[in-house]
Amino acid sequence: MSAPNYKPHLSRSEIFYPTFERKSGNKEVTHYCPGCGHGSLHKMIAESIQDLGINDRTIFVSPVGCSVFAYYYFDTGNIQAPHGRAPAVGTGAQRARPHSVVISYQGDGDLAAIGLNEILQAANRGEKMVVFFVNNAIYGMTGGQMAPTTLPGMRTTTTPMGRDTRLAGNPTRMCELISTLDAPIYVARGCLASPKHTMRTRKLVRKALKMQTEGKGFCFVEVLSACPTGWGMQPVDSHQWILDNMVPQFPLEIFVDKTDLDHDDYIPPKAPSPETFHEVIRIADAANQMAPAQPETKYKDPRIKVAGFGGQGVLLLGLGLAQCGMMEGRHVTWLPSYGPEMRGGTAHCHVNIADEEIGSPLISKPTVLVAMNQPSLTKFEGELVEGALVIMNSSMVPNKPKRKDLELLELPATAIAEELGNARAANMVVLGAYAGYTGVLSLETCLESLKTLIKRQALVDLNVKAITKGFEFGKAARG
Amino acid sequence: MATEAKRPPLLIKGNEAIVKGAVLAGCRTYFGYPITPASEIAEAAAKDFPAIGGTFIQAESETASINMVYGAASTGIRTMTASSGPGISLMQEGISYLACAELPCVVVSIMRGGPGLGNIGPEQGDYNQVVRIGGHGCYKNPVFAPSSGQEMCDLTMHAFEIADKYRTPVFVITDGFTGQMMEPVSFPDPIPLPPEKDWAVRADKETRENLISSIYIEHDELEEMNLKLQRKYAEIEKNEVLAEEFMVDDAEIVVVAYGIVSRVLRSTIRLARAEGIKVGMVRPISLWPFPKKQLEALAAKAQQMIVFELSNGQMVDDVRLSIHDNIPVRFYGRMGGNVPTPEECLDVIKRYAAEGGAK
Ligand SMILES: Cc1ncc(C[n+]2csc(CCOP(=O)(O)OP(=O)(O)O)c2C)c(N)n1
Ligand code: SF4
Repeated sequence: MSAPNYKPHLSRSEIFYPTFERKSGNKEVTHYCPGCGHGSLHKMIAESIQDLGINDRTIFVSPVGCSVFAYYYFDTGNIQAPHGRAPAVGTGAQRARPHSVVISYQGDGDLAAIGLNEILQAANRGEKMVVFFVNNAIYGMTGGQMAPTTLPGMRTTTTPMGRDTRLAGNPTRMCELISTLDAPIYVARGCLASPKHTMRTRKLVRKALKMQTEGKGFCFVEVLSACPTGWGMQPVDSHQWILDNMVPQFPLEIFVDKTDLDHDDYIPPKAPSPETFHEVIRIADAANQMAPAQPETKYKDPRIKVAGFGGQGVLLLGLGLAQCGMMEGRHVTWLPSYGPEMRGGTAHCHVNIADEEIGSPLISKPTVLVAMNQPSLTKFEGELVEGALVIMNSSMVPNKPKRKDLELLELPATAIAEELGNARAANMVVLGAYAGYTGVLSLETCLESLKTLIKRQALVDLNVKAITKGFEFGKAARG
Repeated sequence: MATEAKRPPLLIKGNEAIVKGAVLAGCRTYFGYPITPASEIAEAAAKDFPAIGGTFIQAESETASINMVYGAASTGIRTMTASSGPGISLMQEGISYLACAELPCVVVSIMRGGPGLGNIGPEQGDYNQVVRIGGHGCYKNPVFAPSSGQEMCDLTMHAFEIADKYRTPVFVITDGFTGQMMEPVSFPDPIPLPPEKDWAVRADKETRENLISSIYIEHDELEEMNLKLQRKYAEIEKNEVLAEEFMVDDAEIVVVAYGIVSRVLRSTIRLARAEGIKVGMVRPISLWPFPKKQLEALAAKAQQMIVFELSNGQMVDDVRLSIHDNIPVRFYGRMGGNVPTPEECLDVIKRYAAEGGAK
C-alpha cells in the first residue's frame, strides 16, 4: 500500500459542508438511514480528498439511487447524472477539463443494471476517473427491489419468494467482469462490516483517488455495504449478514493493480494558431475562380443525372461537374444516391448548374443523362425532358435509347481511357467531352478542377490527358 | 444571424459543413455514435476536433453520447452530438436533463425515414419529436432547420450562440438529403470563444461550490424552476424567430415548407408563376420558436395556405394555430424517403387553387 503515513480522521472531514444547506429539513444530519453504508463510504472519500488536497479540482458525479444527494455533503464541484450514466457524464467532464479529478459514485442498480454498458465502456477506454461502486445487493431508493447483485434466494419486493436464479439470473460480479479488460489500472473490492474491513477499504479508496491526482487511469473500487432498511434488518445484524452472505459471493480481493507500471498516456494535440486554423480544418484553400464559359442557351442551366456501376467514378464525375460550375461562379448542387442503394453496385448522382439560386437539388426531369453503363440508360431514359442530351459511354452501352427525340453523344469513354492506360479515367473523359460538346464549362476550368478532385499526384497526368481527349472528342462531335 | 460570405466557396457536404461550423463556433468536444444519414458528421468530427486540440469520442450509444455531452456542458465548454431518428429517440431522457439543468449544447438531427428502423431516405417525420419535445417534462428547445450547405454551417454556429445566450440545448434539424448534398459554402472566421462561465463546474477553486443538477425535491422549488424555464422560453419566442419569405407580396396561395421541401417548392413556385398562379412561400428557419407573426400577417392577405412536408403533417397544427384558422390550411406530404417533384407539387397547388379559399 502506498499510504504508510495515513491517519484516519476521527472528526468530520472539512470536505463535507459544515451544514447541509442544499438539504431540506434538518441540515445537520445526512439523509441516509441509520447503519447505511453510503454514509461511511462518503466519509472515507471525503477524508482522502482532504488528505490529497484535491477538492478544488474534484468533480463528484452522483448517480440516481440513495446517493443521488451526495452533493448535499461534498464541498467539491458536483454534477448529478441520469440513472446509470455517471461514467458517461464523467467522461464528458474529464475530457472537457483534463486536469479534473472525476469521481463517479454509483449503486448496484445504477451501475450493474441500467448503466452496465456505460461502466464497461468507460473502463475499457481507460477514462481517468475513479468509480466507487456501492454494492448493497438491493435497490434502496425505490424501496427494496432486486438488484443485479441480489443474492440467490434473497427476498426483495420483486423477488417475493427469493431470487430464483433460473428465472432472474445470478449475482453480477462487477470487479471480476471489469478485471477482464485491459485498461483499468486498479480494481478492488472491500467491505464495511468490521473495523478491520473498514480500515482496509479506506486504503483502497485512498489509493484509487491518489491515482487520479497523478492522472494515471481508470480505478474501480467496489464496497459491500449495508442497506438495513432494504434488507429489513437492524444495523447491527446487517454487518454480520454481509460477512456471512455477501463476502462468499463477492470475495474481498485486489483484482488488478497496475498502478506501479508506466502509463502510456494519450496526449491531446495542441490547438492551432488563429492564422493556421482554416488550414487545419481544411477550409483554407478554395479553388481558383475561373472565367465563365458562354454556352448556347440550349445547354445553359443543365440538370444532369450521372449513372453507372460503382467503381466507374460516377460520383466523382458529378462532383467534377459541380466543382467546375462553382469555379465559374455559378450556383451548383450535387446530390448522391447513398446507403444500401450503392451496395447493389450501381450509383448515381444529380448535378445542377445554374445562373440563379437552385431550388430542388433532386432532379426529376434531367436535361442531361450521362449513362456509363447499359442499365443506367435503360433505367433513366424515361425521365428525361424532351430533346434531352444523352452522353452514353458507347464502350459499355451497346443499345441506344428507344426514344427518338433525344440528342445523342456516343462517346467510347472507357475505350479512350484504356488507350490512355487506365479504364478508370473514363469519368474524366466524359467531363471533358461534356464541356467540349455543350460549351457549358471551359477546358481550362476542367483541368484546374483536378487540383481539388484528384488527391493522388501520380494520377493527375492521366486525368489531364483524359479530360483533354474527351474535350476534343466532344468538340469535334459538335462540329 | 447569417455570416458574411467572406471567402471563396468550397464544395462540401452539408454534414461536413455542420462540423466546420461547429469548430468555427468554438465547439471543442464531440461525442457521437454512427447512423446513416448522419455518419459523416461523426467522421468529419473525428478528423477536425483532434486537429484543433479538441476531443472526439465515439460513444457506445446515443444514450452515452448525450450524457457525455451533459458532462462536458456541465464544465462550461461548447459541446455537441449528432444522430438520426432512432438515435435521437435514445437521447430524449438526456435532453430533458440538459434542459432542466440549463446546459447549453447543440444536438443535430439528420432525419431519416421512420417509424422503427424505417429506412435511410430523407424524411421530416421527427418534427414532433424535436419541436414538440420527445423527452419528459415541461421544457422546450430552440430548433433551427437549414435548407442549404451554407445554412448547415451558419445555423450550427448560430445554434451555439443561442445555446449559450439562454443556457439551453438547441437542435439543428434537417433531412438526409440536406446532409448528403454538396453545395458551395463560404466559411467565415472563427468566432471568439465566450468567456468562462461562472455557473459551470470547471474543476477549479472559483467554481467549486457549483452544482449541476435537475433535482428539485420540494414541489414549490420545482414549480419555480419550471416557471423560470417558461420565462426563458417566452424570451426566446420573442427574440429568436427566423423565417424566409419568397414571392409572398402578391401571393393568393402561401405555401409553408422547411428544409429540402422548401427547395423543391422554390422550383415549383417558379413554374407556377410562369403560368400566372400567384403563389409564394414562407420557410420557417426556426421551427421553435415558430414564425407565427409572419404567417398571421400573410393570412390576412392570402386565400389559403398549403403545408408541404416529408411527413404525415406534423407542422400543420403550428400553421393553423399561428393563423387562428382564419383561412383554410391544406396539406400535402410524402413519406418513406420519397421527395415530391416540383411538378407534383405544382399539381397540388393547382388542385387547391381550383378549390379556392372556401372552408
Ligand atoms: C430511467 C430511470 N429508471 C428508473 C428510475 C428509478 N430508480 C431510481 S433509483 C433506482 C435504483 C437505485 O438502486 P441502486 O443503484 O442499487 O442504488 P441504492 O438506492 O441502492 O443506493 C431506480 C430504479 C430512474 N430514476 N430513472
Ligand atoms: S434505503 Fe438502504 S441504501 Fe438507501 S439510505 Fe436507507 S439504508 Fe441506505
